[in-house]
Amino acid sequence: MSEVLVVIDHVDGAVKKPTYELLTIAKRLGEPSAVFIGPADKSGEVADKVKKYGAEKVYVIDDAQLKGYLVAPKAEALQQLAEKSSPAAILIPSSAEGKEIAGRLSIKLESGLITDAVDVQEGPVTTQSVFAGNFTVQAKVTKGTPIITVKPNSAAPEEAEGAGAVEEFSPTISDAAKTAQIVASQPRQATGRPELTEAAIVVSGGRGTGGNFEPVEAFADALGAAVGASRAAVDSGWMPHSFQVGQTGKTVSPQLYVANGISGAIQHRAGMQTSKTIVAVNKDEEAPMFELVDFGVVGDLHTVLPAATEEINKRKG
Amino acid sequence: MNIVVCVKYVPDATADRQFESDNTVDRVGVDGLLSELDEYGVEQSLQIKEKAGDDTTVTALCVGPEKALDAVRKALQMGADKGVHVIDDAIAGSDAAATSLVLAKAIEKLGAETPVDLVVGGLASTDAGMSVVPAMLAERLGLPQVTLASVVEFQGDQVRIKRDGDTATEVVGGTMPLVLSVTDQSGEARYPSFKGIMAAKKKPLETWSLSDLGVDAGEVGADAAWTEVVETTARPPRTAGEIVKDEDGSGAKALADFLASKKFI
Ligand SMILES: Cc1cc2nc3c(=O)[nH]c(=O)nc-3n(C[C@H](O)[C@H](O)[C@H](O)COP(=O)(O)OP(=O)(O)OC[C@H]3O[C@@H](n4cnc5c(N)ncnc54)[C@H](O)[C@@H]3O)c2cc1C
Ligand SMILES: Nc1ncnc2c1ncn2[C@@H]1O[C@H](COP(=O)(O)O)[C@@H](O)[C@H]1O
Repeated sequence: MSEVLVVIDHVDGAVKKPTYELLTIAKRLGEPSAVFIGPADKSGEVADKVKKYGAEKVYVIDDAQLKGYLVAPKAEALQQLAEKSSPAAILIPSSAEGKEIAGRLSIKLESGLITDAVDVQEGPVTTQSVFAGNFTVQAKVTKGTPIITVKPNSAAPEEAEGAGAVEEFSPTISDAAKTAQIVASQPRQATGRPELTEAAIVVSGGRGTGGNFEPVEAFADALGAAVGASRAAVDSGWMPHSFQVGQTGKTVSPQLYVANGISGAIQHRAGMQTSKTIVAVNKDEEAPMFELVDFGVVGDLHTVLPAATEEINKRKG
Repeated sequence: MNIVVCVKYVPDATADRQFESDNTVDRVGVDGLLSELDEYGVEQSLQIKEKAGDDTTVTALCVGPEKALDAVRKALQMGADKGVHVIDDAIAGSDAAATSLVLAKAIEKLGAETPVDLVVGGLASTDAGMSVVPAMLAERLGLPQVTLASVVEFQGDQVRIKRDGDTATEVVGGTMPLVLSVTDQSGEARYPSFKGIMAAKKKPLETWSLSDLGVDAGEVGADAAWTEVVETTARPPRTAGEIVKDEDGSGAKALADFLASKKFI
């Protein structure tokens, strides 16, 4: 069986959940080989984690000479690894960086690229959600090695013991790939809440919060949810851009999405329409968001949410 | 300075977007416009021109069908100096890889006399929305990639941007010539003024075909695409949900009941 390269999603060696989803998908297509581009001294603990989800091999690419530059060196490293291992497919996390790496890799390998897959089955045949979630598209790569970027929550991670054989891989990075320098980097501050794109429940607030996100946050915490925001709330400076859900923010597809004081513009829907269950609280019963909901409350979020939070906390005991 | 800004013509996101029977995006039956996200690229290009001085030209470049000329016109109305529309029947159904090839060849042609210093793109096209074409352009043109900027600064031939990455906020720097892409956080895009609209009518506008670019028709279009859409399905409408009015706290209770019934509590 051919190898399937899976680029590990991690922060400084802390493996993130989408990695296990990608490994689970990779098993459908061939033999998962995880690719760790990061600090080599973390490779042992990373290998221990990914082998539990079926990684037969773990390629370690020390990022010492890569990390000061934007995407190009990583694409170069993956190109060389792909040329060596002739994989059946390459799976990459569908983040901003992941997609740009994939774009460059696609040109280098003259191979078809599919971005933002929400499912990948044998073939590989991918599923994407397009036009603000109004259409589902099935696609496949017809040239070269399929390169697929996969969104978080695209598979339920399945544990499966793999060999996890660690193999160092040292790419040759050209000077041309080192022309966009990362001059400074400030890690995002942890919120203490689940990550927006990975969370099972997302509770969002919009312009209707009037800038007071406390009721939204308290409600989110009662449900163990991540907090999101509409662009209106972000543009008003109430929440950082990293919280934005929608076309130009994050796409989320949680089990439950609760929209509070959000009208439901197409660009917002684009980021949440595929959520399994949708709930809205809005004082305007004509708000388009109500067209999407499984359950809606017409009311003022400033009274409904605190009362609902209290009720939930009471029921949890 | 010679700036080329890539602008795409897309079906209006607020209209009823559809696919053709061959699974390509319906670009004719639905009203289209300059992708809103590319307005930010035009805006930043104009701001750079305003800072750099008068010998700077901003060329708006678009690959697309006949109606796509509208996108170029809008960019000219906003203040771009020159427009180039690449149109060829063979291009229909191209994927991102082929689009980037055509764009790259057009940029090379634009740089034949005065080298291009800056290629500017948007965060994503609002139809396909892959966010990959600028990276592909950088790869094809062998230029530094300074992308997804929320803040753009430059001095001489040095460009610095702020990039709000997935796990960190970064400052990225490069030396021109380079490929820059900007997000919708980079600053409000201007509206065309009446004067701008009038002036646009007299601005140079060129139409190029694949043969003008030396691109073989067999390299682009649906048949040459490296990917294939095998099926498109309209999402079934969501079944109408239950909507309650909050009266004296009844809404909160009903909400908690609903969440409990779905085992979220
Ligand atoms: C190219 C482009 C990209 C975009 N990308 C995004 C994106 O990624 N994400 C995004 O969200 N938007 C995006 N937008 C903007 C989008 O079109 C809307 O403007 C935005 O989503 C509106 O945010 P909102 O629903 O919070 O505000 P509004 O539309 O103003 O709605 C506020 C809602 O709150 C309700 N409300 C007010 N007070 C209360 C109260 N006390 N209790 C309960 N309800 C109350 C009102 O009835 C109303 O329905 C984009 C737009 C463009 C052009
Ligand atoms: N057909 C096109 N014509 C001109 N520019 C394009 C075209 N397609 C993509 N672009 C540019 O590439 C950016 C990203 O597009 P995409 O990768 O399709 O999301 C857009 O914001 C445009 O700047």
